[in-house]
Amino acid sequence: MLISVAIVLALLGAWELYVRLGSVDALLLPAPSAVAETLVEDRGMLWSNLTVTAAEIGFGILLALAVGLGLAIALHLSRSARTAVYPLLVASQAVPIVVVAPLLILWFGYDLGPKVAIIALLAFFPVVVVTLDALAATDAELLRLLRSMDATRWQRLRFVELPAAVPAAVSGAKVAVAVAVIGAVFAEYSGSDAGLGHLILQSIPQLETARAWAAVVVLAAFAVLLVSILAAAERRLSYGTRLPHSPKGPS
Amino acid sequence: MQSNTTAPARVGPPPEHTTAGAAVQLVRVHHRLGEVEVLGGIDLAVAHGETVALVGPSGCGKSTLLELVCGLQAPSAGRVDTEPAALLPQRDALLPWADALDNAALPLRLQGAGRGEARGTAAPLLAELGLEGFERARPHELSGGMRQRVAVARALLTGRGLLCLDEPFSALDAITRADTHRWLAGVLAAEPRTVLLVTHDVEEALVLADRVCVLSHRPARIVTELPIPGTRPRDPAADELVALRRAALEALRGC
Ligand SMILES: Nc1ncnc2c1ncn2[C@@H]1O[C@H](COP(=O)(O)OP(=O)(O)O)[C@@H](O)[C@H]1O
Ligand SMILES: [Mg+2]
Repeated sequence: MLISVAIVLALLGAWELYVRLGSVDALLLPAPSAVAETLVEDRGMLWSNLTVTAAEIGFGILLALAVGLGLAIALHLSRSARTAVYPLLVASQAVPIVVVAPLLILWFGYDLGPKVAIIALLAFFPVVVVTLDALAATDAELLRLLRSMDATRWQRLRFVELPAAVPAAVSGAKVAVAVAVIGAVFAEYSGSDAGLGHLILQSIPQLETARAWAAVVVLAAFAVLLVSILAAAERRLSYGTRLPHSPKGPS
Repeated sequence: MQSNTTAPARVGPPPEHTTAGAAVQLVRVHHRLGEVEVLGGIDLAVAHGETVALVGPSGCGKSTLLELVCGLQAPSAGRVDTEPAALLPQRDALLPWADALDNAALPLRLQGAGRGEARGTAAPLLAELGLEGFERARPHELSGGMRQRVAVARALLTGRGLLCLDEPFSALDAITRADTHRWLAGVLAAEPRTVLLVTHDVEEALVLADRVCVLSHRPARIVTELPIPGTRPRDPAADELVALRRAALEALRGC
């Protein structure tokens, strides 16, 4: 932790020196101190645009999780669904979103909806793949035990497979967050009237480079916040299966 | 360990016997797994309330035999006629994310009880089995012996009259195992069940069982049956047990 802080500080210091010594026009690359000033000065504008982008990302991830988990369960339960749908899933990731996004925006307008759809389209894939693998990898001994107790298919899913897959689903969500942030900026680039991506896109031709950088900093901080929330959830949910049992109390 | 002396609470009404006569009746049971002939004609009858130990070399088909008794597989040939059985798998097979009480209460949940109700029913039994204060511990926080007790509690809470224990104590150290033998004998005295006990430990079989069946190598057959006199748990140093141990080991060596 200390070391990573030191690395960031050193990089910022080097950047500041590089700009101050006049190696580059401050309009093209603002110094970190200038970005920091803009963060404070433009905080109202940054905040209002953050709320727009945060809503897109939040709803996009929720939709990605709902679709991703639902698909993972459906594909897990039905072999025929798996053979029919899995290739389509992989194909969906080959669709060039870069090309399709502006068309979607053109079709549906600048609203929240199409942006949420674009984000979810990018972000659901890691959720499906990781969760489906985890469901399939459930401990066979546990399933045998449930069958010996005459558990129904639904009960096996409910009491063993789903809880066993929760940590993997959270890891999938972590990947989805990273993808969703990129997706949000991209969706806003494709057509929007607000949001941090929109702000970046507008600030560059106006030579407000410090503002563009400030928006990048805010967006990155938001992504880090989301990922660390999920990482905390992941730690809470890990139940130490890989640990050898640690004897406590009488045996 | 106080639980050796305390008698566990009754789990519920004594299990109903669905099979007339024997609790387990295996007639000329053969079983193949792929190309491998695992069971080569097993005949075995277990009376209600009897504890029968199955000992045999590893890989001879003991776990397979229990799977047939528990209805997880159908035999390739022969007849398997048993009352509903509760399986205690070779590893304890506790749910790693659930605490001790939820693990013990699992069969009640599968029978449709809500979580609170199931935990409420399971809690007194867990306490009687010497796990008071550990209800909320996850399996990785428990010692090997405690994990086995949770698994036994879970098997008892299925309400089934026949317990199939697959090498339940093989992962325990010698002292814990001796303690656990005494404990299990106490549990079975208070909660009479029919028990099929698979073990590779002749000592364990002699201490806990009413009868020891020695299985041959694959394809497994019962080569010797040794009735064990006296009440459980027995003193492993008693004279007649010493003689029986020699007989069992000779049968194992000869097969
Ligand atoms: N799916 C399978 N296909 C073929 N052989 C198997 C399969 N499962 C187990 N076996 C073989 O069946 C034999 C009996 O296995 P098991 O009942 O687990 O033995 P034990 O419990 O006595 O150690 C072993 O030799 C094992 O190699
Ligand atoms: Mg075995």
